[in-house]
Amino acid sequence: MPLSRQDKIDLLREMMLMRRFEEKAHEMYESRKVGGFLHLYIGQEAVASGFTWPIEPQDYIIGAYREHGQALARCAEPRAIMAELFGKRDGLCGGRGGSMHLFSKQRRFLGGTAIVGGGLPIALGVGFAITYREEDAICLCFFGDGAINEGSFHESLNLASLWNLPILFICENNRYGMGTSVERASAVPNLFRRAQCYGMEVQTVDGMDVLSVIEMAERCVNCVRSESRPIFVEAITYRYRGHSMSDPGHYRSRDEVEEWRRRDPIALFGNVLVSEGTLSKQDIEAISAECERTIDESVAFAEASEPPPRESLYEHVYA
Amino acid sequence: MPEIMYRQALNHALREEMQRDESVFVIGEEVGEYEGAYRVTEGLLAEFGEKRVRDTPISEEAIVGVGVGAAMLGLRPVVELMTINFSLLAMDQIINHAAKIYYMSNGQFPIPMVMRMPEGAGMQLGAQHSQHFESYFAHVPGLKVVAPGTPYDAKGLLKSAIRDSNPVVFIESQLLYSKRGEVPEEDYTVPIGVAEVKRSGTSVTLYCWLRAVGMCLAAAETLEREGISAEVVDLRTLRPLDLETMIGSLKRTHRAVVVEEAWPQCGLGAQIADDLQRLAFDYLDGPVLRVTQDDVPMPYSRELELSALPNEEKIVAAVKQAMRGAVEERPTVVSI
Repeated sequence: MPLSRQDKIDLLREMMLMRRFEEKAHEMYESRKVGGFLHLYIGQEAVASGFTWPIEPQDYIIGAYREHGQALARCAEPRAIMAELFGKRDGLCGGRGGSMHLFSKQRRFLGGTAIVGGGLPIALGVGFAITYREEDAICLCFFGDGAINEGSFHESLNLASLWNLPILFICENNRYGMGTSVERASAVPNLFRRAQCYGMEVQTVDGMDVLSVIEMAERCVNCVRSESRPIFVEAITYRYRGHSMSDPGHYRSRDEVEEWRRRDPIALFGNVLVSEGTLSKQDIEAISAECERTIDESVAFAEASEPPPRESLYEHVYA
Repeated sequence: MPEIMYRQALNHALREEMQRDESVFVIGEEVGEYEGAYRVTEGLLAEFGEKRVRDTPISEEAIVGVGVGAAMLGLRPVVELMTINFSLLAMDQIINHAAKIYYMSNGQFPIPMVMRMPEGAGMQLGAQHSQHFESYFAHVPGLKVVAPGTPYDAKGLLKSAIRDSNPVVFIESQLLYSKRGEVPEEDYTVPIGVAEVKRSGTSVTLYCWLRAVGMCLAAAETLEREGISAEVVDLRTLRPLDLETMIGSLKRTHRAVVVEEAWPQCGLGAQIADDLQRLAFDYLDGPVLRVTQDDVPMPYSRELELSALPNEEKIVAAVKQAMRGAVEERPTVVSI
């Protein structure tokens, strides 16, 4: 479906919000307001925005540990997500999950799992339950290039295909599993080929171009839904920041990072909108300022929220 | 009351719960057409169809993952792992996902899932197929661990586990599958977290579960003839432990022997000994003793294997030692 002017503005705003959220999360980590591991999504925004664009409220999403982007796109709750990073009681998971474990039952966002490849087997169960109950839903399963080398990837693709499960597997190939490049980790560097032997449709897409991602996503989502068959898509993307905050970055050159930044997904889409006359540069600046305000409010909300009380420590161990 | 086998009791529990609740389904290797490697799922495919009795490839991590994901959406999966030894291939899903998601999500996503898995040694199956892993699972907050020792408890506990809103590791004993016992035909459950005094006594308490229950009851008969009155407490649930029943028994007998088929180091008996000394020190007339498997990978040789396993004679010897209050150097009796 062609994007309306408002769609385009919403898309740009969503990606800019993700970017600003992550930049602020970084700042808050540096000032020790955010603890633990923090995996920033900067550079990959078009993948989360594009793939969540065509899905419906009844659909399910499962992410990995670099999932702030997907959570922001799906849950639209930057305040609760920031408060979760702060470990506060008003966080999306009451401060029990943290950056890597974002969940929202209401928005059918199923995590946030911090074990590489751990989300794929769960996506099978989601797909199974959808078919079991004959729901008109699909499951989007996001994971990184590193997950392809886990056994769970192969067990899951095989079973999804064997059982005709409505799952869209989205591999965000950001070129590195922590500090190990795809070339050093995969005997077959074109990762989509690793998915080709399971009898399902396999695609690859430019993950820096949100319009290409949306086009691919719409087609795949419709196909998964109408045929109840899984599809695998490799989205070629790049993370500008380190794997996590402690990353020394020795494994790649500055030139390489700069090269990718030249195809920055937000700048690329902004330029399209300006050149086609949808938005002016001032409009874009205004959207940027709006995102800035939203994120500042999120931080203020997170700051004001209390930590969960000690009395709550044993809550939710058992249902 | 009719006498049926342990495997039949489990089968009846599955059938009844599937009839009762559409959201219950069974999934695992060979559970459908083959009707279960140990015939526990016999007849289920014919009755409930492929939708609810689902054969899988040999992909343990994926199998448990199906359970976790389906449970997150509100179904009640009963996952069968053909043996507990294969659970190691699914540990990430069991420990990192099933046991954590309810907590990490702040109570948004309960995981009402049962993971059935038989264990046991004594059939010359070699080191990789003769293991007892209850302490691995009982270590983990977020999991419940159940280990029935009789057909009655097997049926009642499996029904409770299926109705429970948490991930339950349901450990069965391969050597008990053909054992018979009285099982009512009408609907009943055995609550999770409640131990049972299987035999009353006054001089020593034998704490046990799974196949060790039968060994302890036999040992208690022998001891009775020798004038020693042993009480047998079948724990039935290993997490949460029923400390009230455990300590209540100790207050009557003042001596404790834990009997388990697993290895000694970090075995569940170590936890039980700790609970007893910490919570009921004044009631103990001597150290808590343990009868365990020898601390070795299980050998294939029939003779070696039998010598490594706990048995009635070792239990009788441990009880006599407990009655003397003395500590002796014995490889299979560890004094704490």
